[in-house]
Amino acid sequence: MSLKHHLISPLLGNNPITLQILGICSALAVTTTLSTAITMSVALTVVLCLSGGVISLMRHHIPPSIRLIIQITIVASIVIVIDQFMQAFMFEMSKRLSIFVGLIVTNCLVLGRAEAFAMRNPVLPSVVDGLGNGLGYSLILLIVGALREFLGTGGLMGVPLVTTVAEGGWFEPLGLMQLAPSAFFILGLLVWLVRVLRPEQVEQPEFRLKAAEDRRP
Amino acid sequence: MAKLLSPIRNFFARSNDDLVKIIGMAVLVALVSSAAVSVAAVMLRPYQEANRAAERQARIDQMLDTLPGMRDLMMESGVDTLETRLVNLDDGSFASGEDPAGFDLEAALQDPNASIALDPDADIAGIKRRANQSPVYLLQKDGDLKLIVLPVYGAGYQSTIRAALAIEADLTTIAALAIVEQGDTPGFGARIEEPEWLALWPGKKIADETGTVRIELVRGGASTPYEVDGISGATRTSTGLTNILRFWLGDKGFGPFLARLRQEGL
Repeated sequence: MSLKHHLISPLLGNNPITLQILGICSALAVTTTLSTAITMSVALTVVLCLSGGVISLMRHHIPPSIRLIIQITIVASIVIVIDQFMQAFMFEMSKRLSIFVGLIVTNCLVLGRAEAFAMRNPVLPSVVDGLGNGLGYSLILLIVGALREFLGTGGLMGVPLVTTVAEGGWFEPLGLMQLAPSAFFILGLLVWLVRVLRPEQVEQPEFRLKAAEDRRP
Repeated sequence: MAKLLSPIRNFFARSNDDLVKIIGMAVLVALVSSAAVSVAAVMLRPYQEANRAAERQARIDQMLDTLPGMRDLMMESGVDTLETRLVNLDDGSFASGEDPAGFDLEAALQDPNASIALDPDADIAGIKRRANQSPVYLLQKDGDLKLIVLPVYGAGYQSTIRAALAIEADLTTIAALAIVEQGDTPGFGARIEEPEWLALWPGKKIADETGTVRIELVRGGASTPYEVDGISGATRTSTGLTNILRFWLGDKGFGPFLARLRQEGL
């Protein structure tokens, strides 16, 4: 289990969104445009690295009976500090992300990595694991954000790339793409695509219907 | 030094199942976390305040842009922004000899000589103290009042709502409402910021012929000139905004000032 492995594997092989299906709430909410998706990705990656590092640093002194409380307190503090920084120096962006920066606290991904990885591993691998998972999350967010913004508005990062019908061009913006369900559709298609490429990610059915088995010739 | 450090070392050497260690770690994490959050909040506040002040100004400018003909009128009058005056709220007169730009609401609210405590019954806007003076913004041409903008604020559902109410020269017709700052629930109360909803306000009347303040946000459809459609799912925000307007247009707010303007003009 090298550092490189911790960094690379969450990108595709063990992607937190497409394989573990963690943290999709924010993946739906902030991907209407590419710029909010980028900001959210950076914020989440920073939180993942910092919380992984801090929790790993004190892992020998976290009493197991209150470990979740301690983890979530640390994560919440980091998130509040980052939110304050954004309100001070990236005011416009923090207004557009509104409550979703604060909601990083409840992103399953952060607590999941703290509990599953940082509690049992040294500092450096924990930070790298946070970075890797953050990048894996970012990758999906950027794909979804780019698709939704382009198909929904005909531009990227607020810059129009094709002329829409309303402006005399040929491109009809797909309004659905700006609504939350489209993120589910894109996410579902991405999961499908990844599992076609990596069949080992397909889960075995937990049970089979007996009646259906019997009827088979 | 070693003696000083030894209790700390002893503490960390305790088993993780030890009660002292559990409580100690909980307190320690809580202290360090709250210190980090407090330091960040205090150190970054000046930057955040500057951002918010710029935002408030931008929203008022934005409101002026939505008023038909207002920019032309300002061009004719040779001004590029509204004139700011300080009003003594108790008798409705203009405060003379003070620089309106130097008015600091927060400082006035801290100063017992510059503000009054509100009786809970009178305090429908939920602001506890009211400064004795308030800035107003007005546009006049050749001594005739064209537009007056009153800054109002008070408790919404979970945040302080700050708004600017622009009133036409008849002092009863609303020219526009701008929500300058609010932090209510996104998707519900926060919809008071939406231009489509704010567009319901122009033309509404704040008071009837007898001078009674009647402006109100209502459920269902607005049927009289004093009613504006409330926002569904945001009852507390809607009633909050009603109370804010009622308070600031009433006796403890700009009521005396508006009454004086009606009688004497500027």
